[in-house]
Amino acid sequence: MAFELIQKIKNKELQIQEIVQFYLDRIKKTDNLIHSFVHISEEKALSEAKQKDKDLKNGKSIGKLYGLPLAVKDLICIKNSPTTCCSKILEGYYPPYNATVIERLIEKEGAISIGRTNMDEFAMGSSTENSCYGPTYNPWNLEYVPGGSSGGSGSSVASGQVIFSLGSDTGGSIRCPASYCGVVGLKPTYGRVSRYGLVSYANSLDQIGPLSRCVRDCALLLEIMAGFDPLDSTTVNVEVDNYTNELDKSIEGKTLGIPKEFFSEGLETDVKNKVNEGIKKLESLGARTVEVSFPHLEYTIPTYYLIAMSEASSNLERYDGLRYGKMSDNLDGSVFDVFSRTRGERFGPEVRRRIILGTYALSAGYYDMFYIKALKVRTLIKNDFQNAFKQCDVIVSPTMPTTAFKIGDLVDDPLQMYLMDVLTCPVNLAGLPALSIPCGFDSKNLPIGFQIIGNYFEENLILNIGHLLEKELNLYRKLAPVNGGK
Amino acid sequence: MEVNKMNSKYEDVIIGLEVHIQLTNLKTKLFCSCNNEYRGKEPNTHVCPICLGLPGSLPVINKISVEFATRLALALGCDINESFWFFRKNYFYPDMAKNFQISQYNKAGGRAFADGGKITIKLNSKKKELQLNRIHLEEDPARLVHKGSIATSPYALVDYNRSGVTLIEIVSDPVMNSPEEAREYLKQLKSIVQYTEISDLDLDGSCRVDANISIKGHARSEVKNINSFKEVERALKWEIQRQKNLLKRGKELIQETRHWDDKRRVTIGLRTKEFEKDYRYFPEQDLVPIEITKDFIEQVKKKLPEMPNARAKRFQKDYQLSEFDSEILVLDKDIADFYENGVKSEKSFGPDEYKQYCNWLMGDISRWLNENNNVIKETKLTPKHLVDLIKLINEGEITGKIAKTFVNEMMKGTPILEIVKKSGKSRIADKNKITKIVEEVIKENRDIVNDYQKNPRALEALIGKCMKKTKGQLDPEITRKIVLEFLKK
Repeated sequence: MAFELIQKIKNKELQIQEIVQFYLDRIKKTDNLIHSFVHISEEKALSEAKQKDKDLKNGKSIGKLYGLPLAVKDLICIKNSPTTCCSKILEGYYPPYNATVIERLIEKEGAISIGRTNMDEFAMGSSTENSCYGPTYNPWNLEYVPGGSSGGSGSSVASGQVIFSLGSDTGGSIRCPASYCGVVGLKPTYGRVSRYGLVSYANSLDQIGPLSRCVRDCALLLEIMAGFDPLDSTTVNVEVDNYTNELDKSIEGKTLGIPKEFFSEGLETDVKNKVNEGIKKLESLGARTVEVSFPHLEYTIPTYYLIAMSEASSNLERYDGLRYGKMSDNLDGSVFDVFSRTRGERFGPEVRRRIILGTYALSAGYYDMFYIKALKVRTLIKNDFQNAFKQCDVIVSPTMPTTAFKIGDLVDDPLQMYLMDVLTCPVNLAGLPALSIPCGFDSKNLPIGFQIIGNYFEENLILNIGHLLEKELNLYRKLAPVNGGK
Repeated sequence: MEVNKMNSKYEDVIIGLEVHIQLTNLKTKLFCSCNNEYRGKEPNTHVCPICLGLPGSLPVINKISVEFATRLALALGCDINESFWFFRKNYFYPDMAKNFQISQYNKAGGRAFADGGKITIKLNSKKKELQLNRIHLEEDPARLVHKGSIATSPYALVDYNRSGVTLIEIVSDPVMNSPEEAREYLKQLKSIVQYTEISDLDLDGSCRVDANISIKGHARSEVKNINSFKEVERALKWEIQRQKNLLKRGKELIQETRHWDDKRRVTIGLRTKEFEKDYRYFPEQDLVPIEITKDFIEQVKKKLPEMPNARAKRFQKDYQLSEFDSEILVLDKDIADFYENGVKSEKSFGPDEYKQYCNWLMGDISRWLNENNNVIKETKLTPKHLVDLIKLINEGEITGKIAKTFVNEMMKGTPILEIVKKSGKSRIADKNKITKIVEEVIKENRDIVNDYQKNPRALEALIGKCMKKTKGQLDPEITRKIVLEFLKK
């Protein structure tokens, strides 16, 4: 756990170099099986660690994160470090600037970037199978997917390759791998964490968040990342709470909303049982439960995908190979021919599918029928949440309706894969914060995720509840065995 | 009669203009803090992740651009919307950093920055109010640099220094009926823009015009790529002629987009298919809606200078200038400021001098500026130059004719008295001196003297000869008297 390591560094029991070396070794030993990483910055990480040890010795402040290694999803810009979104179209791209979260976590508070984690190309997917570098394998059972799109960020934390990582969540991309890999993942309120330097997939839904082994580590990262950023107009100037200070507050009298629609058909029995056990534990800590209703939940998936694909079709227009990334080798024809050829050759099939669908949805004659309609339903879904929050403090549910599926099982059935996001997407549509924590295992020994959804800017409360539940369940020290399958 | 004929030639023509002007007086670009000035700069040096559209970068609105847009909206009498937001206009083009342009849209739930407004023009001494549709903000694309002409250049280079510079688009209703009206519209618009101090439209490339042109009852064409105000009248005339010729030959017009080729001075039709674009406008979610409060509008209003229309009225009152004179004088704010600085600085000046000063500015000085393709603030001419000049003329120290020869020197900043001294061209009013010269001229031009009996205009010829001999230094009135005396003998 990060907070424990920080204490050891402070007490001079451990050197930063030792820690960084330990994790680099662990990556070397395990990553040929898991494939969490698409780029490892071994030399740079070690030299930074050395420098930080020196600085610490000389009494210099080295920031709140004390040189702890951080894995960063391959779509958050780090200056002069390859950032490819796991797409062939960004092959060889080195951003000339740092994302705001990188400025805060690394430049200001001294975390060390150890490598870039695998993901579905441009964050489009729920399995990390859509990466141009090949899939990531679930460290609990290597035949299974780690979830997505931040699969590498989830698997690296679950297998102890790093202490914590950064992911991004557009429709569940942090919470899904957190759930499938048995780690903690937080999707903050839209506007809580700066998106500056996060490569956009669907910019009205995207949000950066942390993944870690325990809630306290998530709270620590959020405390540093969150807050207004003049470079992102959508960040909100709301004070950032001391998340780590309020984790142990009593939840006596807090009301948990149980949405019946989130527990309906399609939910695996093991998932249902473990989540219900989690709810019981919270009740034993003094929380009350109330049933809440989401009449528009059935429209979530079409609404989410219309909005996300429409925005993606525009956000991804800039990739034409002219300024950065790779162009087609064949430069015959007009500049438009080359643009089309480059995009056709270098985007993967799922990205092409979403661009085409999104372009169609925004086209003249269809715009009102699709995009505008979707925005209206989005408002209805937001209202469902606001009505629920009149009756309860947080909403609890499974994160995913099932545990991880086998690699390759849903590759040819994108619609079935989209349906997996039914419990995570509504949160993004409403812009709310949500936490996923492990709450047990199914009969195949695959982790199950417990989702806690809070009201706007109430990360405080969901972290508090998550932390207490985690203590009750006491699963968080368990590392994924990195075995099974191949 | 001439005038009526002109009008009838165009009465069936309908023109609407979309004018894009760069807000060149901003220090930074619309969505980032890069230097707004790209002219004459090393290519691709005024760039950052935002205006290069790098992955992960986000736009942030330049608040001053909103203030500038407010100034223009107030000056044009538009209704400013209490809040506005941006839209993405999606299309692939190599000058687009993101392959979409952040712009505004007044459909699909969007709004312009401001709606309505009007510009009053005067043509053939008739006033006409031209209704505006809306104005909105958007970002300029990068600049494509070709080797030679676009058609033959083997490559195009992209300079992103211009990418993200603020543009304001002013869309008129289809209310103009002739290229001349369009010319006057642009003249007034340019003047208003100059008064609001948001842009210097004399800078190359600071304005671009798209024109919608149709003959009543027929399909319209949109002529794009007119890259200066001066070209607009020419392009419109050409396009109207083209449409009329086609109709005359019994052909029907099609709705199409055409490009103005300013080298060949023709409009070129592009294959219609290529330009049937669907821009897939939808809201830009990286920017939040911007509120324009009444308070803010009031503050901007207070800072606005007097606009040309009001100033022209005041000039008629304060300086007893004619409506015609004052309207022309105020058109260029720098000229009008120069005028007021000059006439106010000399207490002894009255209506005659006010008129004289105006004539000098609108006459010889404007001519010089035109011929030298210059603007007044770029010269070393000071308001005092003309004050001194007019005083010397009125005191009889120099003649108006001599004064005209001083213009070149004045523009260099040489003080009037120094010019007078250097040229040795003070006025000769000494009767004896003049008589001597007249005597010589009479002797040398016997044939003209003889001619005088039949042709009284020979008098002028003789005076002219006297002036020529002295390079215009003789006092014209005294010289005339003396020549007459000689002729009577």
